Amino acid sequence: MAGEASGQAAIELTGVAVSFGTGQQIYRAVADVDLAVAPGEFVAIVGPTGCGKSTLLNVAAGLQAPSAGQARVRGHAVSGIVGEAGYLFQADALMPWKTALANVAVALEVKGVAKREAEERALAWLARVGLKNYVHRYPHQLSGGQKKRVALAQVLIRDPAILLMDEPFGPLDAQTRTLMGDLLLALWQADRKAVLFVTHDLDEAIALSDRVVVMSAGPSSHIIAEHRIDLPRPREIGDIRLDPRFHAFQSAIWRDLKAEVMRAYGDEFVGMQNFAMKV
Amino acid sequence: MSRTKLLAWQISLGFALLLFWHAISTWPILGDVKQVKFFFSTPTDVIARIWRFFATGMIWRHLWITLVETLLAFGIGSLGGIVVGFWLARQPRVAAVLDPYVKMANALPRVVLAPIFMLWFGLDIWSKVALGVTLVFFIVFFNVYQGVKEVSQTILANARMLGMNERQLFRHVYWPSALSWMFSSLHTSVGFALVGAVVGEYLGSAAGLGYVIHEAESTFDMTGVVAGMAVLSAFVILIDWMVTLVENRLLAWRPQAGDRTS
Repeated sequence: MAGEASGQAAIELTGVAVSFGTGQQIYRAVADVDLAVAPGEFVAIVGPTGCGKSTLLNVAAGLQAPSAGQARVRGHAVSGIVGEAGYLFQADALMPWKTALANVAVALEVKGVAKREAEERALAWLARVGLKNYVHRYPHQLSGGQKKRVALAQVLIRDPAILLMDEPFGPLDAQTRTLMGDLLLALWQADRKAVLFVTHDLDEAIALSDRVVVMSAGPSSHIIAEHRIDLPRPREIGDIRLDPRFHAFQSAIWRDLKAEVMRAYGDEFVGMQNFAMKV
Repeated sequence: MSRTKLLAWQISLGFALLLFWHAISTWPILGDVKQVKFFFSTPTDVIARIWRFFATGMIWRHLWITLVETLLAFGIGSLGGIVVGFWLARQPRVAAVLDPYVKMANALPRVVLAPIFMLWFGLDIWSKVALGVTLVFFIVFFNVYQGVKEVSQTILANARMLGMNERQLFRHVYWPSALSWMFSSLHTSVGFALVGAVVGEYLGSAAGLGYVIHEAESTFDMTGVVAGMAVLSAFVILIDWMVTLVENRLLAWRPQAGDRTS
């Protein structure tokens, strides 16, 4: 196929569809998704809740087999866990019984790196994400933002070829999110891995990425629009938000997204309007 | 309530109860003093008896036997529970086949097994250990099974993405998760190991705390019975306190100490 011939896309999804359940209960989460992420490109996927954005990441990671179509990572067809992918989850994924240091070091230890060396490199990574003084804390002793930074170090210490991120900063408060976004950009700027970043936050998507992909509401959600974000790099999220072009992107993408968001909520909001009128 | 105030209240309550006991066994308040003494003994007699237990040194042997039985029952039962719990959690088909039998075995009141174990293992410690094992095994088994089954899917997916193979998943994810569940039931399982030992001794033996209490009962020696029970309670509290120490060390990563469900 085309992916093999060019072999150059870092992540490539062709005609991907995913269904859950069987028989009458079948639910088509995503259908006919074609998406390619070039090496060094930062692509954000936005869409209403439940549109199957995370499902696409799982397909690219090899955690979920597509019911149709194919995923390729750096030219190789995905079957089973993709070893060269780093995955940052939305929910807490750290092992609660390991300290921050052990959580990061284990990512190297499973690759056969000696414990001593793994811990030294883990210390360096924890320092890079600003957690030098928290290395011996257990996850429950860390704040939400600190846990995300440990998770980031855990993923990046393996030096993955591609990064998959599933609303990683979703549970954090607005200020922490901005700081985490800046940290991510700074780390990414150093070696520019291909990133597929799922979020429901439009501002975050524009501020971070080179390209924003808009998905329709489920079921059978698919890509309905793409916007190239050619804002200059390196970026600072706080500054970039003040750029007038940032607002132009915001309104352009929101025009595509709004109808889908309304569709995803069904008639919930219609009901609210009626309620408001009565009051 | 402050700590000292609480302690003061606790001690006064104990004193009040002892005083009440002393009063009814000294003056004819609730009837004939002789009768009350026969049915309830007196606090002074009991304290004197406990003193004699330790002064003559006769109690040490019995405490030691009960302790050994408890530890063996706990160790063997836990080991079995861990192995079988892991095995069934990773083999859902086998678990489904065995499910009704596991439930049946667990539903059986263990006391009815005591005579059988005596027939099989004799009157020395092994029949008591066996009784304790049947109690401990199921507690540990259910907890380990649950611990392996209920590993967070995100933690598991993350570990896989970090490149862990089955062996590494076992070591870094399943094992710690199962252990944390097992430790959260440590109080219960150690307690049941002790129950198994004492009940076994009670039903037929020549040593142990259960034997001491049973011997006193068979001669209507109420003083001996109450003294034996008091030593047994103190022994249980001591063991429970040691379990708490172990637990605090092993579960340092947990937000709170393990829940004490029964």
